[in-house]
Amino acid sequence: MDGFPILSLMLAVPLVAGFICLAVDARTARTVALAATLIDFALGIVLWCQFDIGGAQWQFQESKPLFSGFAWKLGIDGIALLLIELSVFLMPICILASHSIDKRVGEYMAAFLVMETLMIGVFAAQDLFLFYIFFEAGLIPMYLIIGVWGGAERIYASYKFFLYTLLGSVLMLIAMIWMAKDAGTTDIPTLMAYDFAPEAQKWLWLAFFASFAVKMPMWPVHTWLPDAHVQAPTAGSVILAGVLLKMGGYGFIRFSLPMFPQASADFAWLIYWLSMIAVVVTSLIALVQHDMKKLIAYSSVAHMAIVTVGLFAFNTQGLEGSMIVMLSHGLVSGALFLSVGVIYDRLHTREIDRYGGLSINMPNYALFFMLFTMASVGLPGTSGFVGEFLALTGIYQQSSLVAFVAGTGVILGAGYMLYLYRRIAFGDQKNADAAAMPDLSPREWFMLAPIAAVVLWMGVYPESFMAPMRNDIHALEARLAASKPAGDAQLTAGKPVTATQPAEHGEAQ
Amino acid sequence: MDWAQSLRIVAPEELLSVSAIVLLVASAWGQTRRDARAVTWLSILTLFIAAVMTAPVLLQGVRGDAALAFGGLFSGDAFAAFAKLLIYIAAGASLLVAPAFFEKYRAYRPEYPVLVLFAVLGMGIMVSATNLLTLYIGLELNSLAAYVLAAFLKPDERSAEAGLKYFVLGALASGILLFGMSLTYGFTGTTDFAGISAALSGGTVSKGALFGLTFILAGLAFKISAVPFHMWTPDVYEGAPTPVTTLFASAPKVAALALTMRVALEAFGPQAAAWQQIVIFAAVASIVVGALGAIGQGNIKRLLAYSSINNVGFILLGLAAGTPEGASAMLFYLAVYVAMTLGGFVAVLMLKDAEGNHIEAIADIAGLSRTRPLLAAGLAMVMFSLAGIPPFLGFWGKFVVFQAVVGAGMVPLAALGIAASVIGAFYYLKVVKVMYFDEPVDKATGRSDMAHEWLLATCVLFISPLGYLIKCLPALAAVAASILFPAA
Repeated sequence: MDGFPILSLMLAVPLVAGFICLAVDARTARTVALAATLIDFALGIVLWCQFDIGGAQWQFQESKPLFSGFAWKLGIDGIALLLIELSVFLMPICILASHSIDKRVGEYMAAFLVMETLMIGVFAAQDLFLFYIFFEAGLIPMYLIIGVWGGAERIYASYKFFLYTLLGSVLMLIAMIWMAKDAGTTDIPTLMAYDFAPEAQKWLWLAFFASFAVKMPMWPVHTWLPDAHVQAPTAGSVILAGVLLKMGGYGFIRFSLPMFPQASADFAWLIYWLSMIAVVVTSLIALVQHDMKKLIAYSSVAHMAIVTVGLFAFNTQGLEGSMIVMLSHGLVSGALFLSVGVIYDRLHTREIDRYGGLSINMPNYALFFMLFTMASVGLPGTSGFVGEFLALTGIYQQSSLVAFVAGTGVILGAGYMLYLYRRIAFGDQKNADAAAMPDLSPREWFMLAPIAAVVLWMGVYPESFMAPMRNDIHALEARLAASKPAGDAQLTAGKPVTATQPAEHGEAQ
Repeated sequence: MDWAQSLRIVAPEELLSVSAIVLLVASAWGQTRRDARAVTWLSILTLFIAAVMTAPVLLQGVRGDAALAFGGLFSGDAFAAFAKLLIYIAAGASLLVAPAFFEKYRAYRPEYPVLVLFAVLGMGIMVSATNLLTLYIGLELNSLAAYVLAAFLKPDERSAEAGLKYFVLGALASGILLFGMSLTYGFTGTTDFAGISAALSGGTVSKGALFGLTFILAGLAFKISAVPFHMWTPDVYEGAPTPVTTLFASAPKVAALALTMRVALEAFGPQAAAWQQIVIFAAVASIVVGALGAIGQGNIKRLLAYSSINNVGFILLGLAAGTPEGASAMLFYLAVYVAMTLGGFVAVLMLKDAEGNHIEAIADIAGLSRTRPLLAAGLAMVMFSLAGIPPFLGFWGKFVVFQAVVGAGMVPLAALGIAASVIGAFYYLKVVKVMYFDEPVDKATGRSDMAHEWLLATCVLFISPLGYLIKCLPALAAVAASILFPAA
């Protein structure tokens, strides 16, 4: 595989397929899109198999000075690898979930395929400005997806999504330009090791924060998310929750932390407070929602807050935990949106009250929904547990207050998710039309079963997912070590008693 | 004075003037539709030959004394060549789209391309001027032709109104400019750019010269429609026939901006601190007013007019930087801007109802993506590019400008400018929203001309991510810009 531009190929496949989709009829477009995403998924598996765990930090590097001002420079480390895997894994499922789309199918598929290219590009870019172009260009297809195929309030939601995220990102661009000028390079790995002046770091950090906090989203700039989620078509919500939100976390872990370690430490309190507020406030908001998608959207904000506290714990557990929460949340929230989509396609309402007792007429569905609910709550054995446990362990070493408040998120999460599950799946079959809904079709099985399998895999044997990124997390921790703030945990090393030879049995002393 | 060399340097201008005069005389005998078309093609051919003659100057990076003609009145250097090439391309494109439009109203006449040639000649002189008098001659030659062009659609009242407005306000601006020139002459004793620069280079600048500078900049700000001298733009752009608006929004903008660069950087270069704040104000005000003004517009030509005000603001940011990077960023942005503007107006020209009447109301293009998917996609790409959303080339135009501004140490200015660009994104998105999200009204169903389609396709390809692959463009812009900074 040496020297073969597999990343470029992964970017090209969906892009080309996207253009094909524009030209063909609806049926063919579906097939082409599914085929292209499956090819990309296969390439993703090849990528993972070829990835040399414990080898060079940056692998599959490509560099071509194609443009003036920046380079076509790709390459991934373990962190990027996992996020790319998440993207290519979710995409075929999204295409399958788009069965109920019946207007302008070709354009719809094209938008999704272009989106896939851009998502992979964000995670694979190694040039600052190339990253920005991918990062920002993703707004266009998502704007169209929400605006054309969304619900009743789609236009408001699409504007809000676009302008909110754009305003967040443009300041980051100015910061990037300044960085490139100061460091004299646009190469991300070089910049990750470059020491900016402490005073400059503050401004740069804030500019990047403006962008990633919106993307993440963090309280109080999260308000675009519920609107966008509720209005977007099912597959759009899956991509939004599954991958786009992860770009914020990826941004923190790739840019803010390694490039501005001092500023990250200085502003950790800001992250902590915003995250603590987010965990409690958005969880409580989720508790009172009547709309299923809105509820899951608010739960996303709460989960992302756990990611941010984990990231700013400045230790291995926190960083690893955050990564696992991101992956897990990508799968679980995606699966939850798919589950909502399954019943929405049947009844065309997201009102929780219109359902009830689904475990009677849709037992298989109820089972899957239960699994994803539990994973979202963080039940041991599911992916949610691993991530949240690690992230909270990490932050506990840094601040017990933050760990305590963030920990309530798990309890509140159990509250709103179980409450949701009870209202949907248990109780009386109070609505006749809901009671008449058929169980999962084979297509829906194909959508939900793979995610369920991965959720369990990640919950039972997380090592598969932690191994590729271990070295990168350690490198990041080493980079942060110098500026790591003192935690309030009074960690003292244990005093092991020198082992004395135990007296032989029966021997008198 | 070496006449032969001078005549060689102004060869493109000679070609343009001779062709324009010959075609003008010829058109006295041929007033049929076929004649008009023939004159149009000959004019385009003339522009093409002029471009071929100009290109080597840019490629060789001709500068300094080798470029000066007529005792330093005129400079055919690489900077002028860059601007001229853009002007020729823009003018050629707006000639290409004209016949189909005017024939609809039975108003096409061979004088139209001739007037465009004269305007182009004036613009060429503007960008080559190294003396205030040459500058004025070029500017007036361009303006007089432009006033007539704005009123060219005789049956249409709006066109006559646009012509009159343009004339009255343009004359006023010329007066302000002349007043500034006379003050400058009075306090520096010369009209030559190099001479002014030398006179101003020592220590503080006198009050009178400062007034002169301010008035000159005000006059030029009118020509480039920078805030607060922008009021005429939406009215004239809306009223003038669309092919004329296409021309106004592209070629004269290039000429006037290039001229402003020359005046500010060559003549008043030593006193950069004196004009920088004026330029910064004009730039930021243009960005904000252009963006806010566009939001309420229901006519797509008015919207594009405000968009051009907005874009001029971004270009001026490059001037505010006052560095070679800033100047080269301006030139690059101008090239991208020309492509976006041409694409935008050509798309507008292609919007016709079933009877072939032109559609200008934004509400009438609702759901265009269903009835004319390719046209809608093209216009949407132009809009995203104008908004500066990557991966379109409009983003890179803004990017290089901000890079220059940050490079000059003006980070707050860059942050302000880029934050204001988000306001602009709102109305560009509105056009996309109307075309893609709204239910079709099935108004814009008419067929469009082949020439229009090809032109739009070319512009869109240029602003698409493929445009990043044209690596020579930023390089040429840098070469051209370096001319204005002889010391560097």
